[in-house]
Amino acid sequence: MTTSQATAPRPGPASAAPALPGTGAVAQGDQRLWRWISFTPALAMMLALSVLPIANLVITSFQDISWADGKATRSFAGLAHYRALFSDNLFAAGLGNTVIFALAAVAGQMVLAFAMALMVSRIVRGRVFYRAIFILPLLIPGIVIGAIWKLMLNFDFGLVNKLLGLFGLMPHDWLGSPETALFSVIMVDIWHWTPFCFLLFLAGLESLPQDVFEACKMDGAGPWQELRHITLPLMAPTIIVTFAFRLIVAFKVFDEVYLLTGGGPGTSTEVLSFTLYQRFFTEDKAGYGSAMSVAIIFIVSILLVIAISARRGAGRQP
Amino acid sequence: MRRPFSSSLMLHLALVLCALVVIAPIVWTVGAGFRTQISLLMGHMTFTPIWNNFNEVLWSKTSDFLLNYRNSIIVGVASTFLCVVVATLAAFSLNRLKWPGWVVHIFLAWTMIFHMIPPVALASAWFGMARAVGLENTFTGLILAHATLNLPIAIWLMAVFVREVPKELEEAAIMDGASTPRVLWHVVLPLITPGLAATSILTFISSWNEFAVALTMTMKQTATVPVAIAKFAQDYEIQYTQMAASAALAMLPALVVLLIAQRYIVRGLTQGAVK
Repeated sequence: MTTSQATAPRPGPASAAPALPGTGAVAQGDQRLWRWISFTPALAMMLALSVLPIANLVITSFQDISWADGKATRSFAGLAHYRALFSDNLFAAGLGNTVIFALAAVAGQMVLAFAMALMVSRIVRGRVFYRAIFILPLLIPGIVIGAIWKLMLNFDFGLVNKLLGLFGLMPHDWLGSPETALFSVIMVDIWHWTPFCFLLFLAGLESLPQDVFEACKMDGAGPWQELRHITLPLMAPTIIVTFAFRLIVAFKVFDEVYLLTGGGPGTSTEVLSFTLYQRFFTEDKAGYGSAMSVAIIFIVSILLVIAISARRGAGRQP
Repeated sequence: MRRPFSSSLMLHLALVLCALVVIAPIVWTVGAGFRTQISLLMGHMTFTPIWNNFNEVLWSKTSDFLLNYRNSIIVGVASTFLCVVVATLAAFSLNRLKWPGWVVHIFLAWTMIFHMIPPVALASAWFGMARAVGLENTFTGLILAHATLNLPIAIWLMAVFVREVPKELEEAAIMDGASTPRVLWHVVLPLITPGLAATSILTFISSWNEFAVALTMTMKQTATVPVAIAKFAQDYEIQYTQMAASAALAMLPALVVLLIAQRYIVRGLTQGAVK
C-alpha cells in the first residue's frame, strides 16, 4: 500500500498549522481514539455472537447434558461424542450426500453459467433484460424455492410430469423415490444458484481486455480456438474463485432440503445441516450435536484453506 | 461487430429458452395461487383466476401470514440497519485508521470462517444464549442473529467501496483540520452512498430469505415469512394453492428490488465475491 508521501504539502490555508503530509502526528491521538470507537461494535458483535457460541459448542461437545425439571445437568463425556461420530450412519450419509450434492450442483452451475454468460456477453441489445431475468432465482427465499419445486415436481399435478407426459413419458415420483430424490434436489440447487455464477462470469467476461480478441480474430482463429486459448485462460481466476465460493456455500444447504424431502426418503437426501438440525432440535442431543458441529466447522476450515491456496496459485484478478 | 443473421438468431433462441426455464416455474407457481385446489389437482391447463387463496392467506382468522409479513419487515429493516452501520464503521476503521496488519488479517479471516459455518450449527448456541439473557422468542434475539450472519459479507463489501475512495480527498480534509468522524461523514460517506445502497439491499434480502435461524429462534408470535411457508409443507394435507399464494407474496420484495435496483444488486453481488 502506498503511503501519503507522494502528496505534496498543499499550499492551502495556513491554518493547517503543521505542514504534515497525510495523517501526521496531530491526527494520531484523535485517530487512535476513533479507530477503537469505529471498530469496537463489529469486534464486540463477532466476539459475543460468533466466538462465544463456537467456544460454547466446543465445550459442550465434551459434555453430556440431561434435562430434569427445566434444569440442565452437565457431565463430562470426554471424547465419547467424537468417537460416536465415526460409527454414526446418518452422519456418514449426511457427509457423503453433501459432498455429492455440492460437487454435482456446483459443477452443473459452472458449466451452465459459463455458457449463459458467454451468450449474453455476445449480444448487443437486451443484456440488461436477460440479466434481470437470470438473477431472479438468486433473490427468492430458499424456502420459497423449495415450495415452488415441491409443486413443480409433484407426482400428480406437477408441471414437470405434465411436460414429460407431452412427450409420452410416464410420470415419475421425483422427490419420493430414493433413486431420484438427491438428483432432484441437485437440479433445484442448480436452478437456484446458476444465476450467481452467471453474474460473476458475465462481470469477468465484460472486463476482459478486448484487444486480445481482436488480435485473435486477425490471426483467423475460430470461436472454439478463441474460447480454449484466450477466454478460458483469462477467466481462470474468476472461475476458480467462483467455484470455491459456491462449493463452500453449497455445504450449508438446508432450506430446500427441509421443504422438499426432509432428508428422505430414507437417508437419500440427508445432508449435514439437516442431520445437525435433527440432533439439536428433534432429538435434543446437545452434546452430540455440538461435536458434530465442531467436526463440520473443522471440515469447512480445511476447505477454506484449500480455496485460499487455490486462489493464491491462480494469481490475483486481472 | 456484425454477425451472420442465423447465428445471432440461434443465440437469441438459446437465451429465450434459458429465460423460460427460469421464469416458467415462478409463473406457474404464482398461477397455482390463483386456482382452486381441485383445478390444480385435476391438472387443467386453463383456469379462471380466483382471489380465494390470497384472501384466505392474508385475511383469514386462522392465518398469521400478515403478522409473519410484518415480523419479517421488522427483523429485516432493523437487522439491516444494525449490520450496515456496524460494517461501514468497521470497513472504514480497518482500511483507513492504520490498524496493524495482523489485526486486520485475523479479523477478516475469522469473518470468512464464520461465514462458512452452517447457520444450523450456530442456531442452537444462539438459542441457548438468548434464553440465558431472556431474549428467546423476541425480535431482538433474531435481529442480532441476522445482523451477525450478514456482517461478514457487509464488511467485505463496504471495505471494497471504502478502498475505492481516493485517499487524497481524505488527506486534504485532514490537512484542513477535519477530525476523523468528520472525514467519514463528510468525505467518505457521500462517495460510498451507491455502495451503501447495494450492501443494504443485499443484507435486507438475505435477512428476508433466512430460514434456519428464524425457524429455531422464533415462536408463533415472532415467526417470519419463510417459517410460515415451511409450515404449509408439514401439514398432513398440504394446502397446495395456499402454499403457492404465500410463496408468491414472499417473492414480492425480490421483484420490487429487481425492478427498481437491479444495478445495485449486480454491483453488490459481483463485488462481494470477487474482490
